[in-house]
Amino acid sequence: MSSSELQNGPHYADAVPGDQDFDRHEMAGAVESYLLGLGLATLLTAVSFFVAGTTLVWAPSIPVALVVLAIAQMGVHLVFFLHITTGPDNTNNVMALAFGVLIVLVLIVGTIWVMTTMNHNMMPMNQMMHMQR
Amino acid sequence: MSAFEAAGGRDEFNRFRPDRDARERFYAEPLPTRDQVSKRIVVGYGFWIYLLSDIILFSAFFATYAVLADATAGGPSGRDLFDLHKVAIETACLLLSSFTCGLASIGARSGRGSWFYGAMTATCLLGAAFLFIEINEFRSMIAQDAGPTCSAFLSSFFALVGLHGLHVTVGLLWLLTMMAQVFAKGYRADILRRVLCFGLFWHTLDIIWVGIFTMVYLIGVAQ
Repeated sequence: MSSSELQNGPHYADAVPGDQDFDRHEMAGAVESYLLGLGLATLLTAVSFFVAGTTLVWAPSIPVALVVLAIAQMGVHLVFFLHITTGPDNTNNVMALAFGVLIVLVLIVGTIWVMTTMNHNMMPMNQMMHMQR
Repeated sequence: MSAFEAAGGRDEFNRFRPDRDARERFYAEPLPTRDQVSKRIVVGYGFWIYLLSDIILFSAFFATYAVLADATAGGPSGRDLFDLHKVAIETACLLLSSFTCGLASIGARSGRGSWFYGAMTATCLLGAAFLFIEINEFRSMIAQDAGPTCSAFLSSFFALVGLHGLHVTVGLLWLLTMMAQVFAKGYRADILRRVLCFGLFWHTLDIIWVGIFTMVYLIGVAQ
C-alpha cells in the first residue's frame, strides 16, 4: 500500500447483504422492493407448481423447467430480499456468493456424475449374488 | 543520498516501514467509515460467509438425496407419499414470512415499534404454521410405515427436509429472542446488528426451501 493511499484512506465503502440503501423518510421505497420480490417469487412458485402437474408439455422437459424456475426464484430472493446488487459496494458479497455457488455446483454435479457413472459400470445385482456363492 | 540509504538506510526497523508516519496518522484519524459503519458491515459480511457455508452443508444433503431418490427398496416412492397441496401451503407460509421478515427489518432500522413487533409476530406465526404442517407430514408418513428406516430414499428425505425444519426451529427461537431483546434493550446498534443477521438467516432458509420444494417434491411427483 502506498503512502498516498494510507493518507487518504479508503475511497470506497462496503454494503452488507440484507441492507438496503435506506432513508428514514423513504420507507415506501424500501417496502416496494420487498413487495416486488414477493410478487415475482409468488409468480415463479405458481408456475413451478403448475408445470409439475401439467400434461401440456413434453414430460422429460418438466424437471429441466422446474430447475430453471427454481434458480430464477433463488435469484429473485437474492436481489429483492437479500439486496445483493452489482454495485461496487457489493463486490465482496458477490465474490463470496460466487465462491459458494462454485462449491455447491462441484458438490452436487460431481456427486451425481460420479454415482451415475458408478451405477452404470456396476455389475447387475443378480450376477453379483451369483458370484458370491 | 547514498546507495546504502536508498536501499533502506541503517535502521532495520524503518526499512520495512518507509511511511510509518503516514500510517500512524491514518490510524489516529477518526474516519467515520472505519469507526461507525464498519462494525455492521464486518458482522453482516461474516454472517454472510457463515450462511454460504450453511448452504454448502445443505448442498451435501441435496447431493445425497439426488443419488438415493430412486433407492426405495421396494417401499413407497415420493409419488405415493407427497401431498402437493400441503407443500404449496408450506411454501406460501415461508414465502410470506420472508416478506414480513423484510418488513420487520425496515421497522427495526426506522425504529418503529408497532411495525417491527407486528411484522415479527407475523413472521413467527407463519414460520410456526410451516413447522406444524411439516411435523404433521412427518408423523403421517411414519404412521404409514414410511419412516426414515424404511429405505435409503426415505432416510435421505428425512435428513434433508428435517435439517431444514431444524433450521426453521432454531430461527423461530432466534426470532423470539430478538423480539425480547428489542423490547428489553431498545434499538441499540448491537441489537440492530443481531436483527440484521436474523433477517439474513431467515431469507436464506427460504432460498433453501425453494431448492427443496423443487427438487424433492415437484420433481419427485412429476417423475
